[in-house]
Amino acid sequence: MSTIDRTPAHATNGNGKPYKVIGTRPIRHDGVDKVTGRAKYGADIHLSGLIYGVVLRSPHAHAKIRSIDVSQALALPGVRAVVTHKDLREPGDRIVELGEGAVNLRHLSNNILAADKVLYKGHAVAAVAADSVHIAEQAAGLIKVDYETLPAVIDVEAAMKPSAPLLHADLFTDELGQKAKAPSNVAKHFRFEKGDIAKGFAQAKVVIEREFRTATVHQGYIEPHNATAMWNADGYITVWTSTQGSFTVRQQVAELVNAPISHVKVIPMEIGGGFGGKIRVYLEPVAAILSKRTGKPVKVLMSRADVFEGTGPTPASYIRVKLGVGSDGKITAAETYMAYEAGAYPGSPIGAGAMCIFACYDIPNGRIDGYDVVVNKPQTSAYRAPGATNAAFALETVVDEACEQLKIDPLEFRLKNGVKEGSRRVDGPVFPRIGMMETVEAVKKSEHWNTPLTGKHRGRGVASGFWFNCGLKSSASATVNPDGTVALVEGSTDIGGSRTGIAMQLAETLGIAATDVVPTVGDTDSVGYTDVTGGSRVTFATGYAAYEAARDIQRQMVERAARIWEVDAAKVSYENGGVTGPDGKRFSFKELAEQINKTGEPIVGRGTVDPEGCGGAFATHVVDVEVDPETGKVDIIRYTAAQDVGTAIHPSYVEGQIQGGTVQGIGWGLNEEYFYDAAGTMRNSTFLDYRIPTCYDLPMIDTLVVEVPNPGHPYGVRGVGEVPIVPPPAALANAIYRAVGVRMKQLPMSPPNVLKEILRKGASK
Amino acid sequence: MRDFEYEAPASVAEAVKILSRHNGSARPLAGGTDLIDQIRTGRHAPQVVVDIKKIPELSVLELTAGGLRLGAAVPCYRMYGDPRISAAYAALADSARIIGGIQIQSRASVGGNLCNSGPAADSTPSLIALGAVAVIAGPAGQREVAVENFCTGPGKNVLAPGEFLVELKLPPRLPHSGSHYRRFIPRNEMDIAVVGVAASVVLDGSGEKFVSARVALGAVGPTPLFANEVGKLLAGQPVNEQTIAKAADAARAIARPIDDMRGTKEFRLHVTGVLTRRVIEESVQRARS
Repeated sequence: MSTIDRTPAHATNGNGKPYKVIGTRPIRHDGVDKVTGRAKYGADIHLSGLIYGVVLRSPHAHAKIRSIDVSQALALPGVRAVVTHKDLREPGDRIVELGEGAVNLRHLSNNILAADKVLYKGHAVAAVAADSVHIAEQAAGLIKVDYETLPAVIDVEAAMKPSAPLLHADLFTDELGQKAKAPSNVAKHFRFEKGDIAKGFAQAKVVIEREFRTATVHQGYIEPHNATAMWNADGYITVWTSTQGSFTVRQQVAELVNAPISHVKVIPMEIGGGFGGKIRVYLEPVAAILSKRTGKPVKVLMSRADVFEGTGPTPASYIRVKLGVGSDGKITAAETYMAYEAGAYPGSPIGAGAMCIFACYDIPNGRIDGYDVVVNKPQTSAYRAPGATNAAFALETVVDEACEQLKIDPLEFRLKNGVKEGSRRVDGPVFPRIGMMETVEAVKKSEHWNTPLTGKHRGRGVASGFWFNCGLKSSASATVNPDGTVALVEGSTDIGGSRTGIAMQLAETLGIAATDVVPTVGDTDSVGYTDVTGGSRVTFATGYAAYEAARDIQRQMVERAARIWEVDAAKVSYENGGVTGPDGKRFSFKELAEQINKTGEPIVGRGTVDPEGCGGAFATHVVDVEVDPETGKVDIIRYTAAQDVGTAIHPSYVEGQIQGGTVQGIGWGLNEEYFYDAAGTMRNSTFLDYRIPTCYDLPMIDTLVVEVPNPGHPYGVRGVGEVPIVPPPAALANAIYRAVGVRMKQLPMSPPNVLKEILRKGASK
Repeated sequence: MRDFEYEAPASVAEAVKILSRHNGSARPLAGGTDLIDQIRTGRHAPQVVVDIKKIPELSVLELTAGGLRLGAAVPCYRMYGDPRISAAYAALADSARIIGGIQIQSRASVGGNLCNSGPAADSTPSLIALGAVAVIAGPAGQREVAVENFCTGPGKNVLAPGEFLVELKLPPRLPHSGSHYRRFIPRNEMDIAVVGVAASVVLDGSGEKFVSARVALGAVGPTPLFANEVGKLLAGQPVNEQTIAKAADAARAIARPIDDMRGTKEFRLHVTGVLTRRVIEESVQRARS
């Protein structure tokens, strides 16, 4: 069943569903702390005896480190320690799974403090701990690094050429499973195939082939990276940091500083945004070894420039797409060549991008070639539906052009070709029950779509997008308090209001109010293993764990009531927020909670899950723009995002995720880019010149919340956080085309880039 | 960031004395919105920061028949917060309204914007278009410099060691005159000019002929540029599309932009023409109303 919910009063539980809590909009549990400034973020931790660390970064995009002389820095009064790569453990070429992507530990270690080579401007080389941050900064300036500079390559196409400067002498292309003989910047080439593309293109009436280029962009979280560590004399290490995954930080720190995981305790602070960029560690091991050397707690913070130049952007890419469509408007074949920049070490999200590019459409014959390419830029990290936005920009623009040539309405094209339950992706998997078509239907019925757009230089564009979502491991425990409330401890650091979404699923299961659950995000010693807050998994998987914890409480409460009533537990059941026994016996949850400590052992529920069936997410967006034909500036007049969310647990947070993701996609589409000079130095590592949209650049992002419940979750939840970033650049490009007649094949579609196309078109007339 | 001393003199003479004593290693502080950030990022490492806000002359904001006296430390919000000033010196109010957000406008001064001498400063083209003169105090007494001659390069100006800006003097508004400043930015707010254009025009009584005009360009050269030829070209000409188009072409010929992360040379040249036309048109509208 699909429903559309646009107004707060029209919550899902008003739609005939049996929910009391799910679909309502309670005030978030962390709301007061956050609006009053009382919430503690990473930089807010203060400890007695705290000293400060500063990281020295490479001024060169590519250079050998001949030597590092720290003597002058160490001699400065107030300096306590200087560390370099030698102070980290050499972990070898082992691969560890971080939850949303794997990492080679040697690469990770070299990224944290460079060993013999710096591979990008901003690459960390050494770190200083001193009594004040100012002394530490001054000391960092006294470290003498002798570099032998090397030619840099900062562009994916250039890096793939045989003549390109090599980043790693020991990197040999994995060419369709075979290891190449000579080293190269291409880490990997893989291919997915389905059907017979030659036959498919031969059947097409229209075949369109286009090239696309997208720029490097950053996640742009407001809170810079931070880490505070105390390496105790007994060998136990405590790390305070804002992260998307306390347990992955524990694992990475343990591996990199050579400590057992049981000796590392990670205390997650509130987090000011991550979007995938706060999974990999940067500062945590540095703070830990500085603390080990000094015996004091050490805090290390990044500046905004450090964040841009030293932490995970998402890749620039080159994508070629060829699409064949028959005279009946059905896709006959599709082919793509996709090369993504990995940054300094292998591991771009090319795999995900390749699996997403054709995922919205039922494609009988397809081929996908993917390339993972190293360049002299910071190592890329996950960013909200990693790899999918680049891919959708290319494919959805070509789809739009095919619609134009065949004179098919873009929504009708999607209804004709869109995927549904049973469709097989080019890379193999068959879709379970999904809601792609429902998002198209929602747009088709929307007031926005049915209101004609008038005015000069205005255009309307449509695009769709897909993201897998994921399950992974989560834990929760819940203690029943005598006053009838429940203290919930869960392991997912809360980025988008998830602790409330999780608490609501516990409350729903127990039949109590959301406000009667007090959720806490536990540290690594106080909650069971929980994977990262990523992959749009938290409300799905950690919510599932909370559901299981609630079921566990139900069982214990049934047993307790049976004991109190002296009846067989089989005759007692949990229903309607309480227990019911024979002969009209009844305890409400609160009544029984009050009895617990008087009648036996405490009641603590536990839930641990590793669920399959996360259910994919689809979105279809429509945008109206107005373009200034004299300057190339694009103004967004109206935006509507339709998305299948499974079940909206807390509709406000679902809408917030859709709006936030859309806005990031708009920024990526219109103005965001790493701007490099010829030497490979980023010239715009500030929020002044790296332009994320401000509230003045955006209309209200209207949301169409479509609910196609996910059969893989007790409440039908699907992840919602990532897919909304996928369609915006393509939707904007299609709208710009309709406004001023130019097809943008390059991101960002900034005024200079758009004006260039407008002037070129004018000149060719 | 290095430690520095702080001084807050109460008179122009005392400030000159402190600045002279430190011979270039002291920097005046008004709103501090540029200076503090530059100290933090290591672009400047002054021994002494001289807070000039306690000097009465630096906070003067006086509109008389003789024109406008604008103390060098007067924050931006006071321009657009005063209806008489924003009517008479509309271009300057336009600039003050878009320098940073409200917090910045409450601290940052037009004088500081000029002394920071950035090529993309939003208020400097307006000062030039409005014919402002900088009053400078120093060990040798006071001197006056037309604002178009104040900046000498990116971050550089005519101030010698020991000197500082005391106030800006703007001539009175003439009848049938209007002014406007507009910049091009990729976003709608909170951004730095890719191109900025200010114009001040004087029309005849009919409103159909330019008597005189001054145009200035920002972010298209090492300093804000006074486009004197544009004004000369407009003077005596009828107000029509062709005249304004010629003026836009002339402005483009004066601009000498570079390629950087904010825009290409070609883009800036093109937009200089577009903005010059739009800014003159708006100035004419204002002169007529």
